[in-house]
Amino acid sequence: MLQNYFPILLFLVVGILVGVLPMLLGWGVGKVLGTNRPDAAKLSPYECGFEAFEDARMQFDVRYYLVAILFILFDLEVAFLVPWAVVLDDIGMFGFVSMMIFLAVLVVGFVYEWMKGALEWE
Amino acid sequence: MTWTSLNAWVAAPEIFLFCATCAILLLDLFVSDAKRGFTHWLSLAVLVVTGALLVRGYHAAPQYAFSHMFVADPLATLAKVGMVVGVALVLIYGRSYAADRGIFKGELYSLALFSLLGMMVMASAINLLTLYVGLELLSLSLYALVALRRDSVESTEAAMKYFVLGALASGMLLYGMSMLYGATASLNVLEISQRLMVEQSGNPLLATFGLVFVVTGIAFKLGAVPFHMWVPDVYQGAPTPITQLIGSAPKLAAFAFTIRLLAQAMEGFTPEWRSMLVVLAVLSLAIGNLTAIAQTNIKRMFAYSTISHMGFLLLGILVGNVVGYSAAFFYAVTYMLTAAAGFGVVMLLARQGFEADRLDDYKGLARTHPWFAGMLLLVMFSMAGVPVFVGFFAKLAVLKAVVDLGMVWLAVFAVAMSLIGAFYYLRVVKLMYFDEPEGAAAPLSGCMFTRVVLSLNCLALLGIGLFPNDLLLLLTNAVEFSLPI
Amino acid sequence: MDMKTIYLLIPLAPLFGAIIAGLFGWAIGRRAAHCVTIGGVAVSFALSAYVLNHLLSGGEAFNGTVYTWLTINGVDFNVGFLVDKLTAMMMCVVTFVSLMVHIYTIGYMQEDPGYQRFFSYISLFTFSMLMLVMANNFVQLFFGWEAVGLVSYLLIGFWFKRPTATFANLKAFLVNRVGDFGFLLGIGLVLAYFGSLDYATVFAKAPELKDTTITLMTGHTWSLMAVTCILLFVGAMGKSAQFPLHVWLPDSMEGPTPISALIHAATMVTAGIFMVARMSPMFELSDTALNFVLVIGAITALFMGFLGIIQNDIKRVVAYSTLSQLGYMTVALGVSAYSVAAFHLMTHAFFKALLFLGAGSVIIGMHHDQDIRNMGGLRKYMPITWITSLLGSLALIGTPFFAGFYSKDSIIEAVEFSTLPGAGFAHFAVLAGVFVTAFYSFRMYFLVFHGKERWMEKGHHDHHHDDHGDDHHHGLGPNDKPHESPWVVTLPLILLAIPSVVIGYLAIEPMLYGGFFDGVISVNHESHRAMEMMKEEFHGPLAMVTHAFSTLPLYLAIAGVAAAYVFYLVKPSIPAAIDRFFSAIGVRKVLEEKYYMDHLYINGFAAAGRAVGTVLWKVGDALLIDGLIVNGAAKLVGFVSSAVRRVQTGYIYHYAFAMIIGALGFITVWLGARLGWFGPEVFQWVVGLLYPQA
Repeated sequence: MLQNYFPILLFLVVGILVGVLPMLLGWGVGKVLGTNRPDAAKLSPYECGFEAFEDARMQFDVRYYLVAILFILFDLEVAFLVPWAVVLDDIGMFGFVSMMIFLAVLVVGFVYEWMKGALEWE
Repeated sequence: MTWTSLNAWVAAPEIFLFCATCAILLLDLFVSDAKRGFTHWLSLAVLVVTGALLVRGYHAAPQYAFSHMFVADPLATLAKVGMVVGVALVLIYGRSYAADRGIFKGELYSLALFSLLGMMVMASAINLLTLYVGLELLSLSLYALVALRRDSVESTEAAMKYFVLGALASGMLLYGMSMLYGATASLNVLEISQRLMVEQSGNPLLATFGLVFVVTGIAFKLGAVPFHMWVPDVYQGAPTPITQLIGSAPKLAAFAFTIRLLAQAMEGFTPEWRSMLVVLAVLSLAIGNLTAIAQTNIKRMFAYSTISHMGFLLLGILVGNVVGYSAAFFYAVTYMLTAAAGFGVVMLLARQGFEADRLDDYKGLARTHPWFAGMLLLVMFSMAGVPVFVGFFAKLAVLKAVVDLGMVWLAVFAVAMSLIGAFYYLRVVKLMYFDEPEGAAAPLSGCMFTRVVLSLNCLALLGIGLFPNDLLLLLTNAVEFSLPI
Repeated sequence: MDMKTIYLLIPLAPLFGAIIAGLFGWAIGRRAAHCVTIGGVAVSFALSAYVLNHLLSGGEAFNGTVYTWLTINGVDFNVGFLVDKLTAMMMCVVTFVSLMVHIYTIGYMQEDPGYQRFFSYISLFTFSMLMLVMANNFVQLFFGWEAVGLVSYLLIGFWFKRPTATFANLKAFLVNRVGDFGFLLGIGLVLAYFGSLDYATVFAKAPELKDTTITLMTGHTWSLMAVTCILLFVGAMGKSAQFPLHVWLPDSMEGPTPISALIHAATMVTAGIFMVARMSPMFELSDTALNFVLVIGAITALFMGFLGIIQNDIKRVVAYSTLSQLGYMTVALGVSAYSVAAFHLMTHAFFKALLFLGAGSVIIGMHHDQDIRNMGGLRKYMPITWITSLLGSLALIGTPFFAGFYSKDSIIEAVEFSTLPGAGFAHFAVLAGVFVTAFYSFRMYFLVFHGKERWMEKGHHDHHHDDHGDDHHHGLGPNDKPHESPWVVTLPLILLAIPSVVIGYLAIEPMLYGGFFDGVISVNHESHRAMEMMKEEFHGPLAMVTHAFSTLPLYLAIAGVAAAYVFYLVKPSIPAAIDRFFSAIGVRKVLEEKYYMDHLYINGFAAAGRAVGTVLWKVGDALLIDGLIVNGAAKLVGFVSSAVRRVQTGYIYHYAFAMIIGALGFITVWLGARLGWFGPEVFQWVVGLLYPQA
């Protein structure tokens, strides 16, 4: 019974390792190999190119949102493709054509956004 | 799973509409602004074909598709025909308005057609998920359409309100649906009904809990008090064609949606939802009619009038039998036509830089444009429920069903409220016929085709009022065939 | 084309014309407006004639529902047609006279700015009248009844800028409300006791209810049939202007002359007669009601004739003669001679329309001067008008071989044979009426067409402006000459003159004695023997003329004509002397004031009504209605709107808050009910309030 939860335990362990190991490595290896010359910029937390501590209501380009939304859409598409690819043998032609229809619809959207210039930054 | 077991042909009109809308979306990219008329006529052609497919696919017996996710029964098919007509009227009446205000774009057409697709899916959905997907497709298209004039402060404000409140209502609805699933372990409307009513296996407490939220979601879509707050602001802020779109066809979708959720899924809980709808209807009739009197903007007045009409629609539904449902269906169909005609006249009078949305803009219309003053007179009489106009018959049918149920007080209340309501409709007539026009006569917008269609639309209000029986019989039969009662 | 389509087309063709002329008149112009309406009525007339022919050649009468508008608690509101010979005859009369009037109007209304509107109205009237006569149920009858009334008010007030016209309009409306009130009560009784509003059902059931009594006040029982029939007849009294509801008809002459001919002479005012004839299966069951009808008719026939003698307005003379003739028809109804009433209705429609249109032609010739004292000698200038008017007058007074002779003599004979209590008085009234009719008809005829050309005398012009205060009345100047009217005016006169002369001779035998109305009009031949006895005496139209030479009416008519000749052509001093005599004893004043009926209504009923109204207004209206209901409603509206405005702030979070509160309220109440938080009593009480049946 309990062994059914083994994958979850494994997942937890791997997750922790993935999080902790680089930190330890960076800290340990850096201590051994690197020089340590900190300044204010180096010590501040990194936040995607933005200032970390300032007024949260700052303005930035709305085009970021557009790109982000479009990215999420097509990113999710890939997320659907993975499980589909795994069971493609079982669902056969029906599954294949269904996914093709799904992709075709996405392509329509893609063509539309491209033609509308949503992918041009300037 | 095989192709034939999908029964996809049942959804042929939807599939066609979807493909055609995608095609319009892409084709429009290659059309210059000057030749946008191509998109316009192509969209109308698509609507005609969709309508023809619907009529051809009419079957008395319900046809299921996509593993009982989708049903084409007479109720859905007729509602969909009504929606197609409603959207076609929006496109016809709205063309010159849109052209004058820089929103004569491909998006107007693709979004309107997608919203129609959403409505059609709502009408045909027989599974909670399909219902929700249809609702969201409709809502998202409408949010975008309301914001179509993105440089107009009113439009964006209205879109924002509509979106936020709509999202809240969608959330409530979804929450209610999840409760229903929790209570019955099924998403299929017919199975839910089976478990709640016949097998008594569902959890009634959970189902009641879900029901409250489902009714909340429905009330929001219909714009029933106290979930009506978005209606006046959105009606006033949206471009008039979009107001017409929101005010006409989706009411039919909401009707079908309500029938699926309340009359079919929650049939065993009729006393519960009936009493909820009584509250909603009473509040809507009162607030809608009493507040409309104080309005000076005709779009806002129409908004409150919609609220009161939805009160009437709820009266028909809450009766909870075939007579009530068909009366409500009749009400929804005829209200759709009446509202479309009303907004059509508003748009015909509007032109660049002039919205024709103040009541004072209608002073002396009988002097300046006698024909369309007469047409608006028909609309107002029909909305007020003056005999021989269709609005009278629709109200009568609903009230008769309510009285047959034994709720005389409710019918009396509804009559009293519509008498108060008659005041503000007739005030428009008074402004048109007995007041002096303000300033010089303005030319009408819209081409001859628009005017002819609008005139036929208005005359239909009188025509159906004189010969209501065929339509009522058709709708009654549709309800009888569709509901397993 | 099957017959049902034809029946539908007959009323719809004029309606179509009315709609086109009314809604699009401004766009299509005068010519198209009169073409389309005349076309509609012509189609309608042709089809009506075809229907009549169809029925005469043995076709089946039609009785069926064309369309069910709605059903409320088992009572259907139908559009249905009952087309039998009575209907067919009425249809032909209505459409023929209407067609003539349409053509005539082209000439008469030539210069009027409301030309298209007028054509639209008269076509609409034709439609309404056809719906009325073709009805097979009381609802449609009532709607047709109100619709013809409505168009009639619109037309009386057609020249709405004249104060006299609007007053006449109001008067007609108010007086007809009294009649309609009775009519509606009658229909209500029919519905209550017969359970149906369909003619056939009601008539079939009538004999069963013959002896039913109803209690109106405790202690007094009434025969149901008598009450119902009298109430229905009160409606007819309003519409057919029977004493004492006749006061609106003379004033209705303020309307344009074509409608006086069409509505206030030939068709609408005979609707009451038609209705009683149609209801003969019910009226036959109540001698009380028949006697009431008879006496009312006799009073109208005689006393309205007297008033015709002193009138000086050419149209008013004809109007009083119409009242008197309607009285004759009512008398015929009263003695169960329904077919005779219908026969007189038909002949009267032709010759009275002719007389009115002739009067109209004279008015055109006199440049809208209507005072017969200013006319004279017109026969030289207007020969066609003269000849046709003479024929019409001869028909009216009952000259042998003319249409009026056959119908009027039949009425007098029927009254003679009647055994009802009121028949003695009625017989006297109709006999005396013959003399009076002949006298005023020929007084007018001689004053208008013979004698001196009085418009050349000075002084009448100013007088006219006082009378009417309207710039329509020009009158001829001393040096003007009247001209014959254009052909569109004279052609209808000629076409109407033909039936006015011959229709009586041709139609009397089949209509009265040849079984034309078999199965349509029912007469109880055992108790009401007049028709039977007349049939025994009748030996053909020729024999009737020879017989007439041995009876009183003919000599009375001759005496009337002779008296008029002597008084107004030979020795005009005689009437002046008589006038002085009657003025001295006060009779003249009584006649001038029309038996003080208007005074009674205006200073009596209307003033009393106003007094009651003032009290009700002060107490009921100002205090209760204004204070409580109107102001209360306004306050309620103001309160609700301000409350709503306070909530409808425009802020999303307020809106969202309202939604959430609403949802929470729903959850509290309905989950609470499910969980029993409020106790079962409260829940039961709420449920009981919401749905009593549950």
